[in-house]
Amino acid sequence: MLGEGILKGLAETARNAVGSFVSKDRLTTVEYPEERLPLPEASRNFPFLVYDGTDWEKGLRCVACQICEKECPPKCIYIDKSKDKKPDAFGRPQIYPAKFDIDISVCMSCQICVEVCPFEAIKMDTQYELSTDDRFGGLLLDRKELAKSNEYYHQIHPTEASEVDAKLAAEKVKADAKAKAAAGAAAAKAAAAAAAPKPAEAAAKPVVLADAPAAKPQGEGD
Amino acid sequence: MSGSLRDTNLEGWNRPPVIVPDGEGELLEVAMGPHHPSTHGVFRMDLALDGERVVRLKPVFGYLHRNHEQIGETVSYLAMMPYTDRLDYICSLTNNWAYALAVEKLVGQAVPERAEYIRVILAELTRIVNHASAIGFLIQEMGASGTPLMYAFREREKILDLFESLTGSRMMCNYMRFGGCRVDPSAAWLDATRKVVAGLPQFAHEFENLLMSNEIVMARCQGVGKLRPELAINAGVTGPMLRASGVNYDIRKVDHYGVYDRFKFRVPLGDHGDIYDRYMVRVLEIHESIGILEQALKEIPGGPVMDPKAKIRGFRPKPGEAYGRIEGPKGELGFYLISDGGNSPYRFRVRPPSLINLTVLEDMCLGHNVADVVLIFGSVDIVLGEVDR
Repeated sequence: MLGEGILKGLAETARNAVGSFVSKDRLTTVEYPEERLPLPEASRNFPFLVYDGTDWEKGLRCVACQICEKECPPKCIYIDKSKDKKPDAFGRPQIYPAKFDIDISVCMSCQICVEVCPFEAIKMDTQYELSTDDRFGGLLLDRKELAKSNEYYHQIHPTEASEVDAKLAAEKVKADAKAKAAAGAAAAKAAAAAAAPKPAEAAAKPVVLADAPAAKPQGEGD
Repeated sequence: MSGSLRDTNLEGWNRPPVIVPDGEGELLEVAMGPHHPSTHGVFRMDLALDGERVVRLKPVFGYLHRNHEQIGETVSYLAMMPYTDRLDYICSLTNNWAYALAVEKLVGQAVPERAEYIRVILAELTRIVNHASAIGFLIQEMGASGTPLMYAFREREKILDLFESLTGSRMMCNYMRFGGCRVDPSAAWLDATRKVVAGLPQFAHEFENLLMSNEIVMARCQGVGKLRPELAINAGVTGPMLRASGVNYDIRKVDHYGVYDRFKFRVPLGDHGDIYDRYMVRVLEIHESIGILEQALKEIPGGPVMDPKAKIRGFRPKPGEAYGRIEGPKGELGFYLISDGGNSPYRFRVRPPSLINLTVLEDMCLGHNVADVVLIFGSVDIVLGEVDR
């Protein structure tokens, strides 16, 4: 019969239309500004810089190695190295980024920077409501705007953040043991020489990680 | 022969369609696009019309050209991966796979078994997304504003949610790496995928009921835009378009890349090579993809998803060349790389199925009405991001 196929299709439409009143499967609309879907944990949108502790400037994990700047596919990261050094999370004096800008109008949220960072310093954010009326300055984020605390990182990516913390803590234990051994050797040497100057390694104080459960500083001083 | 089409020049933009004198009558020149709603982006067809009939069609593209291949020669191998997402932005995961395959061939990198299975699962999900939306758009162009496309997008949304919870992004996944995949899917993700896949047959069934035997669809599609198999082969057409013309050529069967030789699936073939066959081949491929997904999700082994020896940073392949190709949802997607030992390829070339399938557009459109041109163009299933690169 001519028109049978059309009727069949219309029946399907009717089933969907009626079904949308009873089944959540058929009514999938989310009225966005009023209601929001929860983001999955893996969700990513623009990078940020992680800092430990409470002071964003002191706690930045970034050591301005510029690997992310080099690897960034659209080249949207701009880093200036500092001239001086300051202690990092492990207590070693490190170069820090004097300037760290990300142009998020260019950034494509690919997270290559996160993958190549050897210091777990840059991570992906989840914020997506970032529109601004200033398309140049407003979309060029400097390091102050980019810096976000480790607690925030735990909030948005809990599993990943715990893994990172555990990894950093393990590295720290190793680094401390090494520093201790070096300090011990230096101290022995110093004692043998019966000289006054304190070994430089002993002066390096590890910075306490704010919320790493296993990151209790071990062997501070000696 | 009829009056000639002018070359593209800026003068032509402001003028109304020009009547070209011709021996037997008058031809009308129409520029269809680049802002025509049916052109899937920015694509222009310069038509010469004899009444309603098309006597000449000249495709004009490049409006979305973004230097993809040149970028590939300036950035590192890893940094090119997110750019491949943006080729055919509906199927970013198959693009990732094709590129990863080419680089893996270049350096002789092995891929763990679990990663291969995940790649198959993601590629087949992508194929379903692509075919469902392609059919939705095709029917939309036929005049069914919204309904079929909306049903297709409803299903696509479920799959995109899966992609987002695994890769972090709905469309720009950037997931595959040379020697595996970026993250290991959790058991919860695999369960969620099983649930979505279990719901797909019902969707496919409904989608068929909605359209397949519809008399209007049949009247508009059957016998329109025929593509002869000889021409299809000579023009290098691949994918569902080639199979709709009755040529049995599926790279999953020919190359057995990945672990495709372990799955049982059939290759649907068309008979007439018209729009309806192209539509039907896609519908049947959705069914086959669901079958592959069920098998893959059942057999997926444990283990690592990334070869531990694979290098991420400082990736420098030895000098050489490689061509990696896969059966993308739209056809053969290939990446050709020449390495000179540096950290970026010496030559980076994409073989985009969309562009090459488009080369036969004029042959399919000649003699049909303008309204049919829209449908024929829709049945090719292109994405301008891949055509223009």
